[in-house]
Order: sequence, then structure tokens, then C-alpha cells
Amino acid sequence: MPVEQIPYRQTGSLVAGNRLLAAELRAGQARPDRADALTCGHRACRGCGEALAARWVVDAALRATANRLIAVNATGCLEVFSTPYPESAWQLPWLHSLFGNAPAVATGVAAALRAQGRTDVRVLGQGGDGGTVDIGFGCLSGMFERNDDVLYVCYDNEAYMNTGVQRSGATPPAARTATTQAVGPEPGNVFGQGKNVPAVAMAHEIPYVATATVADLRDLEYKVTRAMDLRGARYLHVLVPCPLGWGSEAHDTIRLARLATQSGLFPVFEAEHGEVTAVTRIRHHVAVEEYLRRQSRYAHLFRPRERTDVIARIQAQADRNITRYGLLAESAPEEVS
Amino acid sequence: MDTPFAITLGSASSRTNRTGAWRVERPVYRDLFPPCAAACPAGENVREWLHLAQDGDYEAAWREIMSVNPFPAIMGRVCYRPCETACNRGQLDETVGINSVERFLGDEAIRAGWTVSAGEATGRRVLVVGAGPAGLAAAYHLRLLGHDVTIRDSGPEPGGMMRFGIPAYRLPRDVLDAEIRRIVELGVTLELNTRVGDVADIRDAEGFDAVFLAVGAQLSHRTYVPAGDSAHILDALSVLRRTAGGAPPLLGRRVAVYGGGNTAVDVARTARRLGAADALIVYRRTRDRMPAHESEVTEAEEEGVRLRWLSTIAQADEGRVTVERMRLDESGFPQPTGEFDELDADAVVLALGQDSDLGLVSHTPSVATAHGRIVVDGAFMTGLPGVFAGGDAISGDRTVTSAIGHGRRAAQAIDAWLRETAVEASAPVVEAAFEGLNPWYYTDAPRQHRSKLEAARRTSTFDEVVAGLDAATALFEARRCLSCGGCFECDNCYSVCPDNAVIKLGPGRRYEIDLEYCKGCGLCAAECPAGAIAMIPEQRLEPS
Repeated sequence: MPVEQIPYRQTGSLVAGNRLLAAELRAGQARPDRADALTCGHRACRGCGEALAARWVVDAALRATANRLIAVNATGCLEVFSTPYPESAWQLPWLHSLFGNAPAVATGVAAALRAQGRTDVRVLGQGGDGGTVDIGFGCLSGMFERNDDVLYVCYDNEAYMNTGVQRSGATPPAARTATTQAVGPEPGNVFGQGKNVPAVAMAHEIPYVATATVADLRDLEYKVTRAMDLRGARYLHVLVPCPLGWGSEAHDTIRLARLATQSGLFPVFEAEHGEVTAVTRIRHHVAVEEYLRRQSRYAHLFRPRERTDVIARIQAQADRNITRYGLLAESAPEEVS
Repeated sequence: MDTPFAITLGSASSRTNRTGAWRVERPVYRDLFPPCAAACPAGENVREWLHLAQDGDYEAAWREIMSVNPFPAIMGRVCYRPCETACNRGQLDETVGINSVERFLGDEAIRAGWTVSAGEATGRRVLVVGAGPAGLAAAYHLRLLGHDVTIRDSGPEPGGMMRFGIPAYRLPRDVLDAEIRRIVELGVTLELNTRVGDVADIRDAEGFDAVFLAVGAQLSHRTYVPAGDSAHILDALSVLRRTAGGAPPLLGRRVAVYGGGNTAVDVARTARRLGAADALIVYRRTRDRMPAHESEVTEAEEEGVRLRWLSTIAQADEGRVTVERMRLDESGFPQPTGEFDELDADAVVLALGQDSDLGLVSHTPSVATAHGRIVVDGAFMTGLPGVFAGGDAISGDRTVTSAIGHGRRAAQAIDAWLRETAVEASAPVVEAAFEGLNPWYYTDAPRQHRSKLEAARRTSTFDEVVAGLDAATALFEARRCLSCGGCFECDNCYSVCPDNAVIKLGPGRRYEIDLEYCKGCGLCAAECPAGAIAMIPEQRLEPS
């Protein structure tokens, strides 16, 4: 995120609003006239990270496109909780087809607009990690390689939450799900499997790939806005903690996303045409244990006995991210402005 | 169903689904009491005036202080800053320099000539005895309340201990004069060099409706020190008083000061400025038990004042003193060891505490005294109805800040008594603890320290030691405030609600929870930087 030096303002731009900042320096979500693209009454669980991220993303995209936006949604929590017939929480043109074809449908919408000569209307594809990383992966890769003019956003809550918390290709090692039970010598999801889709997207060398979390609103809004400045295939991967599937407190959703970034487990960066152009540095470095302890999907790492061996392997993953992306200032490979 | 072209399903808004019914807890905005304000003996609402200063509205911030304390520029210099000791930011990086911001605001007010005005006249007359901080603060508040005030003081100038006890290097006289002048100009009748004989007589003879006794503690506590005929022994208050009056006593090259309070430190630092090559503080306990304020002791050490712990002065003779070494027993009380040392000292200054001159109530048996101080009730009233007392003359902390607090609270009590009403009892407060904050959201920012005069110049002049902050650094410092327990409209709650159930009411009007849709997840409370939202359980409905 580009940095603007401002005189000291108590909370700077870390909070959404801040009365001491000029209105244009505040977050879009702080505006009284924000779009609220996902309105009240949706049936997401208490403290849902995905519902929160979806409003932030779609509101920011609406602002960036002057409300000329069509959303295409994969099957998943986001679709189910927002649109049980005959209700919908969406306040923009919104399509749902199947679980696995959202990127292809988005491609079709973009193609139709192109055929009509409509360059002002933009297309946003969105889905959870199941619909993106697993089921819709072929369609997504096709959308990337054709460089279709779509921003695709994956809200990653690290399992199939809507159907009862089954493992997905985005489930982290050692996490307990309905299909990776905490039993046996290697409890929970196995190490060495799963996909790093931001890296896969970068391998397609599409114009823009970025990661974000619900712990940093300003960064997320910036990345959506930046993505809408560009044309072609763009991919945004947002970490959205899930109180139900992660076994965490509803009020800890943002804290967990923050701990995921501050431990290095979830690197926040942006890349253009396959090259990393900026990373969000860790501000207060923490051990992965602080992140793991607050989630009952990792409870078996602490009870009946502490699995220091497994925690050490997870810590090693975080440390690898820190080195790989230069997440700590002193280990930064290059200064990114 | 009649639907538009290509639309296959009719659609209704999810807003018909009242998700508020899911809730088991609800968020409630609250205003906790910040620790700075809770710790302030004068009763300043520190968070409020820092909030105003953060916007750069220095006059409004100053007026907020003035609603409680008429001496911001003086406080910004001599207060021992219990607010900063309590400040939650100390657990994050460094405490907020509240005192330096207060001084900046006070100096700004003097520079700009901001004034306050008296309240509508009530026709009631109050006599204030003593023009020290307690008396002046009471007079100020009584004038704001519209009462007629006469202050009588036996001294030649107003200020009491602020003038005759606190050396000029800590409180320049122009600052003192300016803030006292502002009070006098509210229409206070100031009668100096006037000793009040018997308080009951004067009240009845001159027709005062109420009296406030703020006579302070002007007498040095007497302790017997065996001394030779030519030993040079002085008391601390007379040294400070004569120095303030421009006629300092001769102390010699080597001065021993006996005592461990702020007065002892002031006198040792004054002795250095008067030319003593060696100023030694002799104290019977250890440094951590010294009643003097840490910052003063540190500044004294920087100026070359020496300290000798666990020692009492056993004998004073010409040019030297004999000290006995002490040890602390299990209860922390010093006990003699029988070991003696001889030290060179041209003068011995006793700074062993102060007593009040209570002659003015000695013929009034209904005004009780205990341990040399006037006994008052919770409303600062003595046993004689309509006669109140405060400051150093009653029991409590003997600091300027505490005296100012007494003055204000006594003025409120006097006002209530004159109007035959009761002082409104303040509601019990809940303090905002550091654990209730979300410190992630505060920008990292080290404290802006005030510069100090070089030690070499300090020991030769009475110039002010600690400098003030400029406007930019004062603003920076004000903005370091965490606003503990009080909403500062950062919009976090409004932004982090996954259910859009926080309604933004606009600048200065804060927010409201939409209970139709709030599911009670608690994200707003968890992500509130200031801890200004509480989650409270919903009432359980009993099955009928």
C-alpha cells in the first residue's frame, strides 16, 4: 500500500475513520454513504469473517467503478447465507450458477459486455476456498490464462464450512475438520498437501495478484481499488476467519486474522505480472502458538499433551514465509515503496 | 409471478430477516473513567481536555481545565503528576506527557490573554483566610458561582507556599503572578498583611455568610537537635521564604539538610544556587522510602546535591555535624546502630515537616483539631456551621494540586450550604483498565520530552530548569492520549460489524446499535481501541 506521511494522529490510519484525518484519508467503510452491498438480515454466523470481507470488497469495488459492477458468485457460505429464496442481501446485480463454474460465468459476463461494447461495466467473481481452490480451479485457471477482464476474489476460510467443515485444498496442516479428525499419531490435516493459489495465480503472470485479511481494512480497500484500475485477469485472496469451523470466539475473528499475519503464517503482499511488488511488514511479531491456541481446530496440539513437534513444524512454515516475503523489516530483501 | 425479463425468481430483501433475535449479548456504548482523571487530586477531566487539544482547539482545552483548576500554567510546572503515574500508555511505550501539555495550554492562555468571567451575583459574602493555592482556588470557584469573596492573608504577597515555598527555578514568578491576577480580576477583594485573629468573632462582626480556612502549614516542625553554642541551624521554610523575598540567608560553603521530603530537596537545590559547594541531604531511611518526588530527587542529583541515607543528625557544632548510622527493622522503621560519623557542615537546615498556625480557631471550641490539623466533615465543614477548611490545614496530601482540589470541592460545599441544597453525590465510576483497550490501533509514538537547562547554569541561577513544549510537540503529545474508556469516533465499530448493525450518527454524535440486526458477535467491542463498548447479556425469557 502506498504510504502517505501524515503528522501524528493518535491512531494514524490504523483505525477506519479517525476524526483527526481529512475525510479523503479515511477508509471507505467509515463513510456514512457507503454502499452496504451486502445488507442486514443475511444469515451468516455471528462474527462471520466472510460476510465482513465481502461487504468491504464489494463496497470498495462499487466505489472504484461508480456502481457499474456485476457480481458472480460461486456456491458456498457466501451464496447460501446471503440469498435463501426469496430473500437476497445483495444490493447490486448478482448471479449465481454452480459451485465450480463461477470464474467461467464471470468470463461469460465479461464477454457479453465486450460484445455489447460496454467497457464501463466491470465484473467481479467471488467464492469461498472450496469453490475456488478445489471445485472451480479449472475454470479459474482458464480465466487466468485467457486474461479475461474479471477480478476474482477468494474468501478463504480454510475448509468447506457451509456443508459441515470438510477439508479443502486450503485447509492448513494439523487443523481438525470433519474429514481430518484429530486422531492417530499425526492428528488433523496432513502436512505437505494443499495448494497455494496466490502463488499459482502468480505463475499465470496475470496483471495483478494480491492477498489481504479482515485485519487490515485499509489495505484490503486499497487492493480492490488498485485491481479495478487494471484490466485483464486479477486475483485477490482474502483470509476470513470462521468462528464455526475454526472453533473460535465470534469476537476474535479480526484478532485471529491479525495473529495470522503477525505470526507470518499468512503473508500479505501484492504482485504484478508474476513479481511481488509490495509486502505488508509484520508490526508486532508473535509466535504461531498465540494464533493456534485461540482455535479449537488446533486444540489437540495442546491437550492432552502439548505437541511441540507439530507446533514447531507450523512455526517453521511461518518462518519460511517471513524469509520468503521479507515480512520482518530486517530480513526484507528489498525496500518496497 | 410477474417478474422483469430474464428474471426467473422474485426477490425480497434480506432485511425482513430480523437477525437481532439470535443475540445472547448486546453491545452497549459506555464512558469509563480514565485513570488520569481518577488520579487527579484537583479533579481535572484530563481525557476531555486532551481530546479538545488534539483538534488544535487550545482555548477550548484550556477552558475545560479552567472549569476545575484555575492554575494550568502553575500546575504544568509544579504538579507531581499523579495522572502520568496512572496513565495506561505507560504499559504501551511511555506515559503521555499530560503535564507538559497542561503547561503549554496554561502558557498559551497567558500569552493570548484568555479570561473567564464571574457568575451572576448572589449577594452572599464569603471570607477566605489564606491566599495560597487552596484559598485562591476556592475564591475562584466561589466567584464563578457568583458569591462575593474577600481573601485575607498575613503575607505581603498572594500565593502562599507557591510563592514562599516553591523556588523560582521551578515556578517563575511572572507565571505565578499572571494566574493569581486572573483570579483577583474576577472581583476578589484581596487584603494582604492582614492577620485574622479569631474567626468566629470576625465572621459575626463583619457579617460574612461563610468562611473558608486555608491557612496552610507555615511553621517548620520543631525537632530537638543537640547543638553547640556556635552551631548554625536554620529551618527550611525560612530559608525558602527569605530567598523568595530577595534576602537569602548566609549558609556557607557546606550545607547539611535534614529531612527527606520535597522541601528538603528544594532547600538543598536552593543552597546550591546560593553558592554552597556542597549540599548534602541527610535522611534516616532509604531512597525508595523518601517522600520527595522522584523527578525532583533526580534533578537535584544532576545539580550535584549529595544524599546520605540511613542517617540522623545526632549533634551539630560549629563547622561540623555528627550523624548516627541507622538500619531499618522488619517493619521498615529506622533504628539507631550506635555508629557515628562526623561530617563538615557550615549550616544545618531542618526540613522535617510543617505545622499549621491554628491560633484563629483556638478560642472556638466547636472547631475541633487533631494532630495539629483542623477536623472537617466530608463537605469540608468544621464543627462550626458555615466555617469550612481545606488545604494543608486539614489532613491529607500536602501538595499544591491537592490544595486546589480542596479549594474547588470546598467552594461547591460552601455554595450548597449557602443555597441550602446538598452537593450532588458523584456516581460511582468504573476505571478504564489497560486490559480493556485494544492497543493494536494506536500508532507507535515515543514521548516528547521537555528539555532541561544545563546543570552548570542551573546551579548558579534561579532560571527555570524545565522548558516548555512548542505547539507542534504539545499537539503531538496530546495526540498520544489513548482516550481510555471514551469513544473518539474512530469508526472501527461502524466498519467491523459484519451485519451493518452499527449506525453512524455523525460527527460528535457517535453511534447507535441497530438491535433489529445485531447478532451480538462482539467484534465492535473487541476492536474498539478505547474499550468504550461493553457486551452485556441479554435477558433470558422465562417460559410462561
